[in-house]
Amino acid sequence: MSLSRRDVEGIAHLARLEITEGELPVYVDSLSKILSFVEQLNAVDTQAVEPMAHPLEGETQRLRPDAVTETDQHAKFQGNAPLVAQALYVVPKVIE
Amino acid sequence: MSLHTRSLAELAAGLRAKEFSAVELTRHFLARIEQANAGLNAFVTVTAERALADAARADAARAAGRAGPLSGVPLAHKDIFCTDGIKTSCGSRMLDNFVAPYDATVVERLAAAGTVLLGKTNMDEFAMGSSNETSYYGPVRNPWDPATVPGGSSGGSAAAVAARLVPVATGTDTGGSIRQPAALVGISGIKPTYGRVSRYGMIAFASSLDQGGVLAPSAEDCALLLGAMAGFDPRDSTSVDVPVPDYAAGLATSLKGVKLGVLKEFFSAGLDAATGARVEAAIAQLRALGADVVEVSCPNLPLSVPTYYVVAPAECSSNLSRFDGVRFGHRCQGPKDLLDLYKRSRGEGFGAEVKRRIMTGTYVLSAGYYDAYYLKAQKVRSLINADFRRAFAEVDLLVGPTSPTPAFAIGAKVDDPITMYLNDIYTIGANLAGLPAMSVPCGFVGNLPVGLQLIGPHFGEARVLAAAHAYQCETDFHRRLPAGFA
Repeated sequence: MSLSRRDVEGIAHLARLEITEGELPVYVDSLSKILSFVEQLNAVDTQAVEPMAHPLEGETQRLRPDAVTETDQHAKFQGNAPLVAQALYVVPKVIE
Repeated sequence: MSLHTRSLAELAAGLRAKEFSAVELTRHFLARIEQANAGLNAFVTVTAERALADAARADAARAAGRAGPLSGVPLAHKDIFCTDGIKTSCGSRMLDNFVAPYDATVVERLAAAGTVLLGKTNMDEFAMGSSNETSYYGPVRNPWDPATVPGGSSGGSAAAVAARLVPVATGTDTGGSIRQPAALVGISGIKPTYGRVSRYGMIAFASSLDQGGVLAPSAEDCALLLGAMAGFDPRDSTSVDVPVPDYAAGLATSLKGVKLGVLKEFFSAGLDAATGARVEAAIAQLRALGADVVEVSCPNLPLSVPTYYVVAPAECSSNLSRFDGVRFGHRCQGPKDLLDLYKRSRGEGFGAEVKRRIMTGTYVLSAGYYDAYYLKAQKVRSLINADFRRAFAEVDLLVGPTSPTPAFAIGAKVDDPITMYLNDIYTIGANLAGLPAMSVPCGFVGNLPVGLQLIGPHFGEARVLAAAHAYQCETDFHRRLPAGFA
């Protein structure tokens, strides 16, 4: 699998990553190599095989009772926020 | 006998006998960190004040007759575990300014057991790496040879324990990140069964593979700490409610009649000959101790690296989407709109390897490619799991090398991701199948340590630890210290 610069720009956009001009050829090369490397999986016959999403067979995700377990700690949590005003997270204007 | 050359069990016994106080013990290790950390770069944060307060509390608890078995024992946490009020960076510029607002369950349990927190250890960025070279804080150096890597991603924990800057440390293992560094620095490291140790507050990389565990000099030390960490946690929806046996009490189990399967696929072309010879000598010793050794084949196991490099990046791209520059973490200067804020915050906050994995994951999950890559890899994962299940119907434990080579030079593999990924060729299988696995030191190639890997069936940690302990009762590789750190 060989990716083009355009492919990598498209992937970076989907992943919301800004990639510099200098980085781009490095990712074109390494992502192409990684995809070629994983393509050896295509040689395996998996027609009758179920995909495995959980490493412990038969385990299912537990549900918890729908009850409030957390207390309000917004001031503490927002101590890590880059920009806060009136207890709200501030971002650039989204709706004109 | 110096305090730092004693095992965790010996330190706990010394504290119990009031041979020294927790404060004295803590000062001893803080002084070692002060002296050696600049050279090794094993710690991102040293929490000296907190450590001395923890130690004073442990001494007071002992004086009041309320001390537990681990009261006053110093430790360090990999900087992937959230620690309330302490910087938790995950080795990334993205979280360089992040002070965790709560404790991970592992941190909470070990604090409740009376342990003393010395600091947070360096690691590959977001646990993505096998050499500790992807850290925003720079590479960690291997105490056996500072020109070589300590392995990764738990390289800071590994180097700190190997140099005895701390008696024991936590780590996490998604594709070998406890076992491979343990092997490369000559200590013991265990990754328990998936779901055994809570992932709550452990920053997520690949949620179906991540598991917390221990790096320590010996299997006995691992047993002591794992016993205090493991167990059901309602706050982690993948935590498993299976009773935790007394690992320390189970160590005395003999190897007589234990059936060991030597994994044929682990002794193939990629294995360094001298490393393979040390591992074979260790297996011969296990046989001499009474184990019944047979050869076992898991034919799909050589596919574990390509399977992993679809599954892990896919989960990583999803997990790391939370780092958006809005609620916490790095934010770029002067964003012109929301898209620019996302892209530049993430572009600046993540390092090269993390971006590579996010993009790999984004690609394999994108419309039109999902079935060809992600679904295919999940099916091959089923085949690898079935191979292990068949093997464990015949044997009690699987054995082989932990890593194909001893530690390599810093810088040797950074420009070639595939070569770097192949370091984990023997460790990834246990993650894909959720199995407990451990590395123990089994000799040297030149001056560099070699690790023997033991893999057990689901929830077979006790069996793995007992076999490792039996081996360590007859060998002293785990007691050797690198020159300059004795």
